[in-house]
Amino acid sequence: MDAKTFDAKSLLDTLFDKSILFKTGVDGLYGRSGVFEDVIERFERLVTSIGAPDKATRIHFPPGMSRATLEGSGYMKSFPQLAGCVHSFMGGEREHAQLLGMMAAGEDWTELQQATNVVLTPAACYPLYPTVAARGPVPDDGVLFELSSYCFRHEPSKDPARMQLFRMREFVRIGTAEQVCAFRESWLERGKAMIESLDLPCEVDLANDPFFGRGGKMMANNQRDEGLKFELLIPVTSIEKPTACLSFNYHRDHFGQTWGLKFADGSLCHSACVGFGLERVALALFRHHGPEVEAWPASVRDTLWGN
Amino acid sequence: MIDRIRALLEQQPMISVDFNTITDDTNLYDAGLTSFATVQVMLALEEEFNIEFPEAMLTRRTFSSLANVADAVSRLTQRAA
Ligand SMILES: [Zn+2]
Repeated sequence: MDAKTFDAKSLLDTLFDKSILFKTGVDGLYGRSGVFEDVIERFERLVTSIGAPDKATRIHFPPGMSRATLEGSGYMKSFPQLAGCVHSFMGGEREHAQLLGMMAAGEDWTELQQATNVVLTPAACYPLYPTVAARGPVPDDGVLFELSSYCFRHEPSKDPARMQLFRMREFVRIGTAEQVCAFRESWLERGKAMIESLDLPCEVDLANDPFFGRGGKMMANNQRDEGLKFELLIPVTSIEKPTACLSFNYHRDHFGQTWGLKFADGSLCHSACVGFGLERVALALFRHHGPEVEAWPASVRDTLWGN
Repeated sequence: MIDRIRALLEQQPMISVDFNTITDDTNLYDAGLTSFATVQVMLALEEEFNIEFPEAMLTRRTFSSLANVADAVSRLTQRAA
């Protein structure tokens, strides 16, 4: 493929032209066509079928979660720049008139809103940990969940692979260090094989989260030094800077400590999660196999639509 | 230098390390220093010594003991002088 046209703009323009994505007036928020959704559904089915032998418990949380849970998770220490908190109008009739007046005058009316108890879910696994902790001690062989959620990150961009609202499917393993590391290892292999079965070029590399500020640089360095995060990268909007489409995260006992996730003997649980960026995988498929899904390679079509 | 650093860190409310029990070479992470508290250590040192840690020095090793911290601070203060 021509490196010159292998950029974010050409991909986004093609997807708009072909009515696969629809503009909403905000960068990173797009309507999705039935075809795009069908690709995502088929990919999710593929993920679920590959994970089926592990017998995960499925939970679907909504794209909004408890603000107290987000606060308790430490998210604001690491990623304050990405968080989204839902605000609503809670005034009376007098404030309502004021609000409409400010709106009509083109003034900033949003100050008349107050923070609700809802924040937008930043990653599919955040609502899970306190839910598991509330059930009491974790059984000796650990637990495994399969999650899917729309997620929000405030990072407006014209890169279609960096949406503000996107879906993430995740498997989350909570157990001993050995159990959760074995889980992550198995998905590093299965994830790569899965993406290769879709005839997509990919590589797995050490990675770090986009921690905030200079202190975040230190946290990112630590995360790399300790090999806590790997990503499966596919060129989507750049050849030099491929896009992370799957991520494989070992949290050690961070969430165990944060939420009091313990075994019956009182020892802390470790956790790991494997995330599938659903829009990013769909974009990678459209990028590499073209906008017409009927024209995709037979092997790819068979993997997605074969059963 | 080490005593000044020790006194500075003892005053930080975010750092839950018992400085009475640690030597200059004790591993601060083993003593309970969290990664978020490390950021507070860095900011406090920068203010106290009027220095700025370059990105390359923002590693766990730099802050892993009072001796390592003192070493980093003295290199940066020399550079600034
Ligand atoms: Zn996760």
